[in-house]
This record gives sequence, structure tokens and C-alpha cells, in this order.
Amino acid sequence: MEHKYISTDVSIFCKGCGHQLIANNTEKALQKLGLKPKDVIFVTDIGCHGILDKISEVHTFHGLHGRSGALAAGAAMGINNPKKKVIVFIGDGGATIGLQHLVDAAVRNVNMTVIIHNNFLYGMTGGQTSGLTPHGFKTETNPDGKQYQNYDLSSMLSNAGGSHVRRLVGMGDFSEELYQAFKVQGFSSVEVMELCPSYGVKFNTGKKVTDFIESAGMEVKLFPEKIRSPYTQNERNIASSLFNDCKAIPVKYKNSLKKPLKIVLSGSAGEGAQLAAELFAEAAVASGLNITKKGSYPVTVGVGFSTAELILSPKDIQYTGIVTPDIFIITSNDGLNHAKAKLSKMKKGILFIDSSLNPVAVDPGVEVIQYKFRELATPRSAIFLALDVLLKYVRVFPAEAFENVIQNSKIGAKFNMEVLKKAEVPKK
Amino acid sequence: MKKRQSILTDNSRLVMESLAQAGCNVFIGYPITPANYLYKYATQRYDIVQDAPDEITTLQWMAGYAAAGHLPVTATSFPGFALMLESLNMAYMMELPMVAILVQRLGPSTGTATAGAQGDLALLNGMISGGFPLPVLCLSNAKDCWDIPAKAAQIAVELRTPVVILTSKEMMMSLNSFDFSSLKKITPVKRKFYSSEDTYLPYKPGKNLVPEFLPLGDDKHRVRITSSTHDTKGILQHSTPEALGNTVRLHDKIVKNASKLSLYELDEDGGDTLIVSYDVTAEASREAVGMLRSKGKKVSLLVCKTMIPVIKEYNKIISKYKNVVIAEENLTGQLRTLLFGTAGREGVKGVNALGKMISPNDIVREVK
Repeated sequence: MEHKYISTDVSIFCKGCGHQLIANNTEKALQKLGLKPKDVIFVTDIGCHGILDKISEVHTFHGLHGRSGALAAGAAMGINNPKKKVIVFIGDGGATIGLQHLVDAAVRNVNMTVIIHNNFLYGMTGGQTSGLTPHGFKTETNPDGKQYQNYDLSSMLSNAGGSHVRRLVGMGDFSEELYQAFKVQGFSSVEVMELCPSYGVKFNTGKKVTDFIESAGMEVKLFPEKIRSPYTQNERNIASSLFNDCKAIPVKYKNSLKKPLKIVLSGSAGEGAQLAAELFAEAAVASGLNITKKGSYPVTVGVGFSTAELILSPKDIQYTGIVTPDIFIITSNDGLNHAKAKLSKMKKGILFIDSSLNPVAVDPGVEVIQYKFRELATPRSAIFLALDVLLKYVRVFPAEAFENVIQNSKIGAKFNMEVLKKAEVPKK
Repeated sequence: MKKRQSILTDNSRLVMESLAQAGCNVFIGYPITPANYLYKYATQRYDIVQDAPDEITTLQWMAGYAAAGHLPVTATSFPGFALMLESLNMAYMMELPMVAILVQRLGPSTGTATAGAQGDLALLNGMISGGFPLPVLCLSNAKDCWDIPAKAAQIAVELRTPVVILTSKEMMMSLNSFDFSSLKKITPVKRKFYSSEDTYLPYKPGKNLVPEFLPLGDDKHRVRITSSTHDTKGILQHSTPEALGNTVRLHDKIVKNASKLSLYELDEDGGDTLIVSYDVTAEASREAVGMLRSKGKKVSLLVCKTMIPVIKEYNKIISKYKNVVIAEENLTGQLRTLLFGTAGREGVKGVNALGKMISPNDIVREVK
């Protein structure tokens, strides 16, 4: 024997515990596999099985109760080396709380073997019922026997696509079965059925493990093997820098702004408020201004209001909120309803509002401009028209800057630029 | 002086590029507003991107990748972060380097996903069982979004610890013009692995109390990594002096290296009034300071960037001021409580808000 993987000459589990048998058979199976101990990684978690670490001669990774499936998957994907063998030791309690981790590892066919120590209960904490406890099995928390069936874990893992899934009764020599599982490149699991000598036997006197396997209708077998490629980390086609598609915007236009200008756009979701504000922001930068744009919309994104707050300034901008806007643009009923609170705070400035909307009470100091944005530009382009009209009316920077940005954007080819170019400027 | 090169971007781009340049190569994501831009950028830039089925898996996979020698990142908001907590404790105990970005939004619970907030500092202060400090660095403007993530990656590696980057919705999702030429060059974090022929002890304290690191699966040395109370070999122990000593070291490692973590901005102007803030409200505070000074009021500003551990400089600075105004977008004054406890201190008051940004005027009103 060249290497030792587990020091099995010392028994660390309760007398008669199947976990010791699993440790012995694992050692034998690994001997047959012949890997170097430094090529084997045991991943364990909280549960009686987890004390295996201290007699293991291989790499050990010991984490949270039930999370060893995910921890091992992370390690296996991170190591990404078919020559390294990741073996997970987990109990039926851990497999209950960490069920999704195991299913997910099987779906991805992560290169790892999971040994499920299924003794039908939580042994470390006193013998409580787990998700894998079979119907009728008595535990501390179900002294009259569990009233409903167990998860058929191996069926689930097989259905999830695990390459090699087996259930066996934990008696005698099952090292060959473990060896077959360890040999697999991809996801393999072996569910070892056993009775906990401290609680399982005590609560279910005279019963054998096979009685429960039989009554639960669980099949002891190698489930149909799947010919699948194991998960491998492929090289991704990535950008060398996130700035590659975020180039500096040259200043091509002049602006007339001496102090910050705060604009709020308020429309309906799906009508382009956010995109219009972003393109407007780009035009402002191309006109030598600093700008911030803050979006607000309901969590559902596609319905209700959509507002954007724009601050333009010749100097650096710090606070990006707008308490009182200088200019308000409202192009829809959703936008109007959402805008009311902020609108009531305006004592001066300009309100551009779509003509189709009901009249709204504002402070006499606010100049109100009604305009057929929706009718002239269609609802989807109404905010674009409103911003264009704003620029032509207030002359912060040339409307041409905004129009050129729209034209060169992803919507440029389909956008009806004529509507903007022909837009009448309201009379002062 | 370099010629200004204005780009238009949200700060999420700066954060993710900064981390990538610092050497973070793995992103594990689970979508949540307002952290989605960070996830999107990661898919464009990182060598390895995994879409996890939930946030517990996210942190577990990160721990697996970190143990294998990678430097993983994730981004989330409170609901997801809450699921990560136990696993972050695990990674802290295992001493695995990684970066988690927490983008605050309005709570409690699912709250309002698309509204900002600064509601998670109290949680971060107590997130490690036993009250141990896990480094938390906070972003207060676009410049920080470039400088601090790289620093977080460096600290994660140098101190072998998870690091949290604290930010909030407006800081990550708002679009702003930014001078690209002002970005400093980022030096990639150097990973140095244990290279001696001697038996590797994964938790033997090294320089600055930090054990040397070796990836799981190493060909030469056996590596043991564990989240349970353990000795220097990484073997589970109940409460032996060596194991408890190791647990104490986890605390001391962060506290005694606090000077590496000391990040703050101090703008003093004499007088006896200090405004203290962090995250998105720092920008309103800077503007408020400008407004007050333009009216002849002497006022100073402390922007906290290292949130956990609370660095001793904060107490030193704050103790010089009779009047202290702490501005933060939460109901109860979490930074105020962190600095002064529930008893507070005479002359200390808060400017707080829920569901809306604190404006410079809100702060100015309180200072007057």
C-alpha cells in the first residue's frame, strides 16, 4: 500500500455506525483508484460524517451544514482539473437542507462524487426527522412514525442528469461500487442506506434498514447512466476593458449654462423616458456640460410611471437628487400622477405638459407650456420631442446636439427625425 | 494637467472594472435590483461568471473558487445579503479572500427594490457571530467607485478575509459624466502562495497575524480549510487553548491591521461644527458644506469610507467638535449609534430620511 487516504485503523464513529463502513470502503475504493492523496479533496459539513476530516490524509474542506454540495461544486469548478477528485460526504439531514445544491451540481454535471450517508435521521442532534426519513420510520420528533413519504433523492439526482447515480445498502464490501462512482468524470453519487445505532435502532426496534427501503418503494440499484460531458470552464470571450464601449465624448457644441439646471421627465414605462434622458445626457456632455441622470420606476419596469431626473451643470455635480426642478416635462397620465408631489413644490420654472392631459394646478410663478407631444410624435417618442422643444425654447445647448445623438444611437435608423426638425417653438 | 476626457457612465462600471484590474477574475451572480448593473458588467469582463441558483449557493461557490486560488466577487442587496450571512461567517472563519458588494435599497424586507437607502450598516456591524469585524468599505462618490474596490481586493488578499463594499442604489445606478483622465492606474493584487518545503499549516499566523495561503488541491502540501473551531492544522477542536487562540486571532488580525483599512475624507475649516456622513449622503454633505461656507459659516466634513472596523481616527477627529451632525438615509441613525452608542453624546444630532435622498438643504437646516 503506497498511500493512505483515511486512517481507518482508528474507529471514530459510534459502535455499529454505517459511517465507519463508508470510511473503510472509501479508503479501499481510493486504493483501487490509485490517485495520490494530494489529488483528492474531501468536502464535508456538519453532521456525524463530518468528523471524518481528522482521520483523513487528503485535502479537507469542511463547511456549513448541508452546504457541502455547493462548496464542493465551487471548489471543483474552481480547480477545473479532471485529475483532481472532489468527494463530498453528506448526511440525509444535510442533503435535505442542501437539496438544491446537489440537484444543481447534477444538472451541471460538476466533476464530483457525493456520498450520502442516509440513516434516515439527524444523528448529531438527537435523532430528528429529515426529508429522507421514510414513511413510518420512528424518530425522536415523530415517535409514532413519519406520516408521509421521503424524498427519493437518488431518483431526483438521476432525473437532474447526474452521470452516475447509485443507491445501495451499506453493508459489507461496497468499495467496488464507490470505485465505479469515483472513476466518473462528471457528477456521480452513491446513496448509502444505513441505520443509526444510537437513534434509528432505538426508535425502531427489530426493524432492518431493508424493511424501510422496501416499504418506501426505493430502488437499490445503479440508475441509468448518462453519457454527458462533465462541467468544464471554457474560455469566455470577454472585453479587455469595460471602457471599450464607453468612449470619451468629444465636446462639439457650446452651451450657455451658468448654473445648474434641474430637469425632471415624467412619463409612462415603455415610452422611452430613460433612453431619452440618457441620449439627452450624452448631448449635454458633447456640449461641454457635466450631467447626472437618475431613473425612477416601479419594480415591474414595464408598467406605470417612469421618471428621469437630469442635472446639467458647468461645474462638478455632487448631490444628484432634485427637490425642486427648474423644468418639468410631463407626457402621460402615469407621469402626471407620479409628478404631483414634486410639482407642488415648484414656485418658478417651466412645465412642459402634453395637451391631452387634464389641466393641473401649479404655482402662478410656473410657466406652463402645453404641447401636443403625444399626437405629433406618437406616445413612444413624445419625451424626445419634449426635450427637443425644451432645448429650442430654453437654448441651453443646441437641439442639433440632441438630434445628432439620437440619429447615431441604436434607435436612430427608425426614429422619425422630421418630427423634431419641424417642431414649432412655443412663443415666449 | 491632463486633458479632460468626459465619459458618461454609471458607477457600477467603475466598480467592476476596478475590481477586474485589481485581479478579481470570478463573479458569481444572482440577480437583484439595484445590483444588476454590476452583474451585467461582470458578464462582459470577468474570466469566470456563474449564474447561481440562489444567494446561499453564490457564497458557497465563491468559497469554493476562493479556496481553489481565485479571487471571487458578488453583488447583491439586503434580501440576498441576508441569505449570504451564514456563508460569509464561514468564509470569514475559513479566511478566504473575496469581495461582496452590498447595494442598499429601501427595506425592511423586500421593501422597495428601486428606492435607495442606507439601512444596512447596523447589520454589517454585527454580522459575524461573536461581534468580530469583517472589513466594510463604503463608496461616497465616483472617484471612490474606482479607488476603493481595488483597495478592497487588496485587503481581501492581504488579510485573507472577505471584504464588503457598501454602496446604495443611486451610487450604482445613476448615470453621470466623469473625467476618464482622472482615473488612477490600478496595480493588480499580487497573490503569494506558501512556497516552503516545510509542512504547511493553513492557520499558522504569519506576517500581521495572517496565515499564508495555499490553494486546495495543491500537489505538494495537504491543505485543510474549515469553518469549525480549529487548530493551526485546520483540524476541528472543541475549545482547546490553541483553537480558541486561533479564533481570537481572527479578531485581532482585522483590528491590528486597521491602519491598512483607514479610509476617510476630512475637510476641516476651524469652527466647532462637524458634519459626518457616508455613502450617497456624503455628496449632499459636501454640497451642504459648500453652501454653509459660502454664507460664512465655519463647518468641517468627515466622510467615513472605512465603516467596519470603526477606526480610531474617527473618535479622535469627532472629539474635537462640540457640534456634530451625522447625515444618513435611514430612520434610526445607524452610523450615529455605531459611533456613540444608544446613549449618544451631547451636541450630536442626526439628519435622517427614509425613502428619499437627504438634500443639502436638509443638512444646512440642521447645522444652522
